Amino acid sequence: ESLSTPSNTPETTRGMVQDPTQFDVLVMPNLYGDILSDLCAGLIGGLGVTPSGNIGANGVAIFESVHGTAPDIAGLDLANPTALLLSGVMMLRHMGLHDHAHKIQKACFDTIREKKVLTKDLGGNSKCSEFTADICRRVQDLD
Amino acid sequence: IVVYGGRHTVTLIPGDGIGPELLNHVREVFRFSCVPVDFEVVHVNSALETDDDMNNAITAIRRNGVALKGNIETKHTLPASVKSRNNVLRTSLDLYANVMHCQSLPGVQTRHKNIDIMIIRENTEGEYSSLEHESVSGVVESLKIITRNNSLRIAEYAFQLARDKGRRRVTAVHKANIMKLGDGLFLQCCKEVASGYPDITFDSMIVDNTTMQLVSKPQQFDVMVMPNLYGNVVSNVCAGLVGGPGLVPGANYGRDYAVFETATRNTGKSIAGRNIANPTALLLASCMMLDHLELNDHATSIRNAVLTTMNETRLHTADIGGQGTTLEVVQSIMRIIQSKGQLTSEF
Repeated sequence: ESLSTPSNTPETTRGMVQDPTQFDVLVMPNLYGDILSDLCAGLIGGLGVTPSGNIGANGVAIFESVHGTAPDIAGLDLANPTALLLSGVMMLRHMGLHDHAHKIQKACFDTIREKKVLTKDLGGNSKCSEFTADICRRVQDLD
Repeated sequence: IVVYGGRHTVTLIPGDGIGPELLNHVREVFRFSCVPVDFEVVHVNSALETDDDMNNAITAIRRNGVALKGNIETKHTLPASVKSRNNVLRTSLDLYANVMHCQSLPGVQTRHKNIDIMIIRENTEGEYSSLEHESVSGVVESLKIITRNNSLRIAEYAFQLARDKGRRRVTAVHKANIMKLGDGLFLQCCKEVASGYPDITFDSMIVDNTTMQLVSKPQQFDVMVMPNLYGNVVSNVCAGLVGGPGLVPGANYGRDYAVFETATRNTGKSIAGRNIANPTALLLASCMMLDHLELNDHATSIRNAVLTTMNETRLHTADIGGQGTTLEVVQSIMRIIQSKGQLTSEF
């Protein structure tokens, strides 16, 4: 029995900090979602790796990364594409293209797990294009 | 503050859940340490719809000036017109500043270490104004109230506290990019007050980014000031970071009154009466109260004993991974107080 089962948003944020594995799917109004999604992004490594999607009526949807525009590193082949790539994976699932989604996600996770070609924000010193090429290679191998 | 014959009278509200048993332990420790405080116990029954209980409690606190309380359950089944009892207490007594000091404890296993954050939360308005209406069926409007007066007041409290405690930086937490008028006003007031404290660095951070920063790099924060709801969220995140709701004391200060309780105001219904609740938060809150009453020697003695049990003896209750019972922890604390040679009554 959980000693501290949360019963409202502030308690949930505390529960999230102490034991995030107790949570599965959370649904909430706008402001709480804003706060909790950033909090959870912080728990898993930050906005550089967090995907998101905005779903509307009739299946209209926009998928996006929620990190900043990073003007200081734009155009220098340094950025971490993970957030946007995983948002793309969410998009593929939304479109029913589950096989493709699964392959790309697995390749991306494996690249990160191997730690050989990580971008700077993840602790490596590889270029964005090198990181991407590694993922593409793995996708090819999975085919 | 009421002092007769060198003894202080303090209002005690046991509350619900684990409040009553933990406050009994506080009284035990006080009696054992010969603390010159008498408690006037006032019960508040959360199931009743009438306000008599609360009015009695508020009158008692007005009389004594100081209170120590457990959390009073807010029953969601009561009509919307019945305000949360804890909320009524805060607004009636104008306890405008909720203060929480979040510090890493060496004896407690946590992911992040070296946390030392003071959170100052505006305690009377904002999203807790209880002003809601349903003008069209199925469409509810809630009013969030931000006033210049209360924002200046809380900012002033934060900067003054920072200066008194030798802290270097105050961070205002807000969402003024969206709530341009409400949080915008709050932020503006903080900036105005900041200009009167050039020795203290002032910055601001949007609330969602704040929670992200708190869970990844909490050591960057010093003193934080914010409106009511964000204060509630940030307090809970910080309590989680240092080991949970059983550890952190909280204080509510107004111009004339002060009420002490646990920082995260949990009733702990599921663990009540089982001798497993963590007495630390309420004991530390009672020490904050003793400091407020200028009984600093007693405050220090009890606080040190609590922290020694936590960090050196490492006798922990279940919520922080230990197997000690509430009673075992309290007895350990009393033994340490006794061993320091101060006057104590029978064990």
